[in-house]
Amino acid sequence: MNILVCVSQVPDTTTKVAVSADGKTIEKNGVKFILNPYDEYAIEEGLQLKEKFGGSVTALTVGNDSAKDILRTALAMGADKAVLVSENGTADTFGIASAIADYARTLNPDIVILGRQSIDYDSFAMASMVGELLDIPSISMVSSWSIEGTNITAERDIEGGKEVLEAALPCVISAQKGLNNPRYPKLPDIMKAKSKPIDTTTASVSEARVITKGMELPQTQRRGIILGDGENDISELVRLLHEDAKVI
Amino acid sequence: MKIIVLLEPSANGIKRSSLECVTAARNLGASTIIGYMYGGEASSANIAGEYGINDIAHTPSSEYSSTAAATSLAQFVKSEGADTVIVAANAAGKEMAPRVAVKLGAGYIADCVSLSVQSGNLEASRPVYAGKAKITVSVTTQTAVYALRPNVFTARKAETPTTVTVRTFTPQLTANDTRVKVKNIVRNEGKLDVLEADIIVSGGRGLKGPENFHLVENLAVKLGAAVGASRAVVDAGWRPHGEQVGQTGKTVSPNMYVACGISGAVQHLAGMSSSKVIVAVNKDKEAPIFKVADYGIVGDVFDVLPKLAEKISVVTGK
Repeated sequence: MNILVCVSQVPDTTTKVAVSADGKTIEKNGVKFILNPYDEYAIEEGLQLKEKFGGSVTALTVGNDSAKDILRTALAMGADKAVLVSENGTADTFGIASAIADYARTLNPDIVILGRQSIDYDSFAMASMVGELLDIPSISMVSSWSIEGTNITAERDIEGGKEVLEAALPCVISAQKGLNNPRYPKLPDIMKAKSKPIDTTTASVSEARVITKGMELPQTQRRGIILGDGENDISELVRLLHEDAKVI
Repeated sequence: MKIIVLLEPSANGIKRSSLECVTAARNLGASTIIGYMYGGEASSANIAGEYGINDIAHTPSSEYSSTAAATSLAQFVKSEGADTVIVAANAAGKEMAPRVAVKLGAGYIADCVSLSVQSGNLEASRPVYAGKAKITVSVTTQTAVYALRPNVFTARKAETPTTVTVRTFTPQLTANDTRVKVKNIVRNEGKLDVLEADIIVSGGRGLKGPENFHLVENLAVKLGAAVGASRAVVDAGWRPHGEQVGQTGKTVSPNMYVACGISGAVQHLAGMSSSKVIVAVNKDKEAPIFKVADYGIVGDVFDVLPKLAEKISVVTGK
């Protein structure tokens, strides 16, 4: 089975966000970049498919040179090959999806696996866009699935329950938490991954379809009324919720 | 501006998140707004008249396929020569809208929390970096697709309701369009989902064990609320993943969010900080949750929750 796993590099979840001088992006100085947490599930799923069906796992990221770090993590976990599609930071979601699809056409994978969202822009769009560009089915936020022959049965979370879906390979899926337990790379594998080759190609990025006009830090306008735990405090809270906030 | 709004059918009409999209479209002052409904019963569309749109196209379908729905909507948008598509950013919307955008060569803006017209151009704003920043974005394309975060825009009825006319739109579908099919939907019966609830009561590690969650559940009953949970208690196996609120769980924007025994790690705040009113109960007065709270009680959940439930019951009658 020819498996393509797409990963992205994102600021650590605990990053304190500041707006950079351009007023449109975050200040990257001092920010620690990590492998997008959902992509760990995607890599693990790719490796488990290979263990079950044979084949190879290619890890791909679209980004700049610093994104090689996360490709090395994928190699240390067990990916066979790593590809950096280099891009100078001007691509929007569609541009990234196009770069992934362009590379996928040369690889002709049976399955493309992504994390359900990257935790920087949280668009949840990549699986559907890549699926559409490759003209193959896609299923987002898969929490469990099985493959029999070329038939896929998958479950995904929806409001108030789960959907059970059917599709066929080739297919794009995005991984939800709970799909598996990502393995930790072992130290010798981390060391070996440092010297493994990373293929580099350059994305041909078309004009962005969506542009950012500005970025700001949200102003929290919370009431901030903090009470104690006495009977009167609790009564006062209920009164405030009823008469002031009018939520009960 | 000519807007097509995706109307998702529900058991008794149109989903509220779709009606929120209708109101958002009306607030933009568009020359034309048309509703489009894929699947469901044509009669479900009637309620949209109360929200001010009368022209609705319907594509009957007995089996839901996100790819077929995307193809159908894109074909309808083209046939109408519309420039703007608005859908709810729920599970179905997030799945099909990016495909619609690619088919139309349109810019796609996910998870919008506001839409406005600035010198003739539509601008959207949306949270990024787990809500730690917000960006204003616009498209460079002729056509645009916007997905609106549910429960952020308010669905408002029109002052004068109109009578809905439903016409049938028949798309040209090929076998390729139905390669993904929903075979079955498993409902969490008798349990309100955090994504659909007006009020959520969530419990965290401060509950000390799964056996104590009845305190959270009881308060939820008195409020008519859904039960949510922090990542810590889901990872510990106390509660199911479907209840998890936060970065690796669900992002919610209820009218009121009550955090019980939850310290308020940034990953949790990412999932609930757009709630309209936030209430926190925690015995640690330094807990970060109090920094985002409208109302807080510094106290032990074991002592506070039963009293709070009792007093709330008097108001709500539940």
